[in-house]
Amino acid sequence: MNADGMPFGRGDDPGAGDVKLWADLGHEHDMMSTRLLGFWLYMLSDSLIFAGLFVAYVVLSYPTAFAGGPTPADVVSPLYGYAETVVLFTSVFAYGMVMVQLKHDHPRMAMRWLAVSFLIGLAFIGMEAQELNRIAAAGELPQRSGFLSIFWIVIVAHAVHLAFGLLWMAVMVMQIGRSGFTQLVTYRLANLKIYWLYQGLIWTFVYTFVYLRGSI
Amino acid sequence: MVKVEGHWDPIFGRLSLSQIPYDNPVVGAAFVFVVIGGLAVLGGLTYYRKWGYLWREWLTTVDHKRIGIMYAIVGTVMLFRGFADAIMMRTQQVIADGPGSPGILGADHGYLPPYHYDQVFGSHGTIMLIFAAAPILAGFMNYLVPLQIGARDMAFPYLNALAFWLTAVGAALTMLSLFVGDFSHAGWVGLAPLTELPYSPSVGVDYWSWAIQIGSVGTTLGAVNIITTIIKMRAPGMGWMRLPLFTWTSLTTNVIGLTAFPVLGVAIGLLSLDRYIGTHFYTTGMGGNFMLYTDLFWIWGHPEVYFIILPSWGIMSEIIPAFSEKKLFAYPAMVLATISIGCISWTVWLHHFFTMGAGPIVNAFYSLSTMLVAIPTGVKVFDWAFTMVRGRVTFTTPMLWAVAAIFMQIIGGWTGMMLAIPAINYMTHNTVFVIAHFHFVVMVTVFAVIGGATFWFPKVTGFTLDERSGKWVFWLLVAGTFTVFMAMFALGLTGMPRRLAYVPEATWFPLLVIEEVGVFFDIAAVAAYAYQMYVSVRDRKMHPAGRDAWGTSRSMEWMTHSPVPAYNFAVIPHVNGRDEWAFRRENHLEDVQPERFEDIEIPINTPVPLLIGVCTAAFGFAMIWRIWWLAIAALAAIVAIVVIRSFGGTTGSVIPASEVRRLERAALRLQAVPRPKSLIPGGAVAFAAGPRKGGGR
Repeated sequence: MNADGMPFGRGDDPGAGDVKLWADLGHEHDMMSTRLLGFWLYMLSDSLIFAGLFVAYVVLSYPTAFAGGPTPADVVSPLYGYAETVVLFTSVFAYGMVMVQLKHDHPRMAMRWLAVSFLIGLAFIGMEAQELNRIAAAGELPQRSGFLSIFWIVIVAHAVHLAFGLLWMAVMVMQIGRSGFTQLVTYRLANLKIYWLYQGLIWTFVYTFVYLRGSI
Repeated sequence: MVKVEGHWDPIFGRLSLSQIPYDNPVVGAAFVFVVIGGLAVLGGLTYYRKWGYLWREWLTTVDHKRIGIMYAIVGTVMLFRGFADAIMMRTQQVIADGPGSPGILGADHGYLPPYHYDQVFGSHGTIMLIFAAAPILAGFMNYLVPLQIGARDMAFPYLNALAFWLTAVGAALTMLSLFVGDFSHAGWVGLAPLTELPYSPSVGVDYWSWAIQIGSVGTTLGAVNIITTIIKMRAPGMGWMRLPLFTWTSLTTNVIGLTAFPVLGVAIGLLSLDRYIGTHFYTTGMGGNFMLYTDLFWIWGHPEVYFIILPSWGIMSEIIPAFSEKKLFAYPAMVLATISIGCISWTVWLHHFFTMGAGPIVNAFYSLSTMLVAIPTGVKVFDWAFTMVRGRVTFTTPMLWAVAAIFMQIIGGWTGMMLAIPAINYMTHNTVFVIAHFHFVVMVTVFAVIGGATFWFPKVTGFTLDERSGKWVFWLLVAGTFTVFMAMFALGLTGMPRRLAYVPEATWFPLLVIEEVGVFFDIAAVAAYAYQMYVSVRDRKMHPAGRDAWGTSRSMEWMTHSPVPAYNFAVIPHVNGRDEWAFRRENHLEDVQPERFEDIEIPINTPVPLLIGVCTAAFGFAMIWRIWWLAIAALAAIVAIVVIRSFGGTTGSVIPASEVRRLERAALRLQAVPRPKSLIPGGAVAFAAGPRKGGGR
C-alpha cells in the first residue's frame, strides 16, 4: 500500500473476500493539489522553452556567430545585472510575504504585499528596458549578428514572462479585493507563487550564462 | 520589421485578390469540392434546424467525450486532405518520369509545376503528422482516459476545450492556405535556410509555421490536462500497476508532448523572428547557424514520432487481449517498455541527419541509442504475440487491424534498424527508402487507429460497425500499403531521391506504376470505408451494442453504458484489480448495480474556449499576412477574454440523484440486447457461449 491506500504492485489478483465494487458516496478529488500539479506541469513545458533558448545561446556565442560584431563581453554589464538580480529577488521575496499573509488570512495585507511585489517587478522591467536601450543606442541590435539575436531574445523572452506575471498580479489584487481568499483565489495565488519564483530562478540562469559567462 | 517584396499596405497587409489562386485548375477543383461540401453541411444544419443543437451540445461543450469526438472529426477530415495530397504526389511522379514524359497544366513534366508539387508534399507531411494523427489520437485519449481510470471528466474540462479549439485553428489555417496564398514548399520539416525570407518570400512558410505553433500550444495544454487527469483523477483502487495499457501509453506520450512541443515552439519561433524582424538565427551569413534549426527541430521531431506511435501501441494492447480472451501477457514488461521508449525518444534525434558530419563518435552514440529502441519495441511485439498464444483468438475487424499493425511494426522496425547504422544511412539518406520505412511505421498508427475506432465505435454510438464491409476496408488497405511501400523500398534501394517533382530516371517507371496501382487500392479502401459507414448507420437498429459491446472486453470503459452518459459513471467504481471489467465478469459481478445514487455535479458549457479559438485564428491569419493592427487587436482580445473570465469563477450544473437513478434505469432497459452474432465463424464460436453467465472461459 502506498500513501493513498492504493496497492502499488501485483495489481491483477484481487484478494478473495475483500472485494468492494463502488467508491463511497461523496468521493471527491483534491482540486488544490490537482491544480498545483497542472501548473507545475505547465512550468515544466515553460522551462523547456528556456532550455531551447539557452541551447541556442550556447550555439550562437562562438566567434563565428559574432559576424565581426560585438562579443558578449562588449554587451553585458555584470554589475548592472547584479543590481537587477537583487531587485528581482526582492520582488520574489515580497511575493513570499503575500503567501504568509494568505496563511494568516489577512487579505488587506496580502494586497499590500502584492502591490509591493508588483512595483518592484515593474522596476526590474524598467531596468531591463534601460539596459536594452543603452545596447540599442550603441547600434548593437538583434539584426546585427547571430549572437546579438539570441542575446536579445533570451532577455526579452524573460521580460515578456515577467510582464505576464505583473498582469496576473494586478488581476489578483482586484480579485482579493472583490472576494477575499475564496478557493479560486487561493489556487491562483499559489500558482502565481510558483510562476513568480520560477521567473526568479530563470533569471539566475540568465545572469549566470549570459552576464557572468559572457563577461569573461 | 523586415520589408517584404511586393505588395503591402497597413490595412490588408500582404493580402490582395491576386493571392487567390483562381487560375490554378488543381486548386480550383479542390475549391469547388470544399465549397460544395461546406454548403451541404451548412444547408443541412439549417434545413434540419440543428444550429442550436450544434452550439449547445458541441461548440460550447466541455465534456471530454464530445471534445474527443470533435478531435477525431477534425483529424479524420485532415486525414482525407492528406490522403488527397498523397494521391497527387504518386500521380505526379508516375506521369513525370523520364525526359520524354508529358507535361500538362503549365508543368514541364507531369501536371504539377515543381513549386506546387513542393507545397503538396509539405502539406502532406504537416497535415498527416500534426493535424491528422495527433488530433485523432488526442480524440482517443480524451474519450477513453477518464473512462478507463473511472473519472467523471478530465482534471481541467475548460482547458480541454481550449486545447481542442487551438488544434482546430491550426488545422483550419492549413486548409485556408489552399485557397488564400500558398503553403510552405520546404517540406514538413521546414528545411533551413530554405525557409528564410530571401528564399521563401511568399506567405507559405508563415502559414506552415503559425499553423504548427498554434496547434502545438493546443497539444501542450492537452498534455498538461491528460497527465494531471491520470495522476490525480483515478478511481479508488486504481493503483499504478492496474492502469490499462492505453492509459499508460497516453501518460507516456503526453509527457513526451509536454516536453517536446515547447522545443518546437522555440525552433519555429526563432525562424519566425528571422522572417519578421530580420534576426540571424538560421541565416547563412551574419553569424546564423542553420544546423541549429535542424537540431532543435528534430529534438522535437523524434519524440513526436513516439508521440504518435505510443498511443497506437496502447490501442493494440487493448484490442489484442480482448479478442484473445486473455489478459495481456507480461503487463509489467509492457509498462516498462512503454516508459523506456518514452525516455529513449529524447536521445536519438541526431539519426535524422547522420550525414551532417558530426563525426564518428557522435554518430556512433546516436546509432547505438537508436538501436536501443528495438529492445522495448521487441518486448512489445513478443508480448502481443504471447497474448495471442493459447488464447481464444477471434479475428473480428479490430483484431485484424491490430494484428496487421504488428506486421507493419516489424517491417518498419527492421528497416529502422538498418537506417540506424550510419554506414547504411549514408547510402540511403534522402532516398525514398527512408520514406517507405517511416510510412510503414506510421501505418502502425493508421491501422491501430482504424482498429481502435472500430473497437470503441459501439461505446461511442451504441451500435457496432458493419463487420463484412470492414473487412473489405482492411484487405484493401493492406493491399494498398504493401503495394505502394514495398515498391518504394525497391526504388529507394535503387537510389531514387525523395521530394522529386520530376523523376529523371526512366527505368524506375515500372515501380512507379506499381506504386500508383497501390494508390488505387487505397482509394478503393476509402470508398469501402464510406460504404461501411453508410451500411452501419443504415442498419444501426440491427446491431445495437450493450455496455460490453464485444463481450470479451477488459477495462473499465466497458462498465458504463453505450453511449456513455454525461456523468460517465453513476457511482464511481472501486477498482479491485487489473482489468476490472474482466474481473467482474468472470466473478459474475457484472450486473451488480450500486444501491444508492448521489447528486452529480458536471461542469457547465462555455463559449469562451471557442471565442479564444476565433481570436487565435484571427491572430494567426493576421501574422501570416502581416496585418499588424489585427494581430495586436486579436492578442489584446485574447488577454482580455482570459482576464474577464477569471472574474466569473467556475460553475457546474447538478444532476440530482433521482435523475441519475431514472437515467440509469432507462439505460439498463436499453442494455438488454442480444450480443452481435453476425461475425466470422471464429467470432460466432466465441459468442455462441451466449451471455457470459458461466464465468468466462
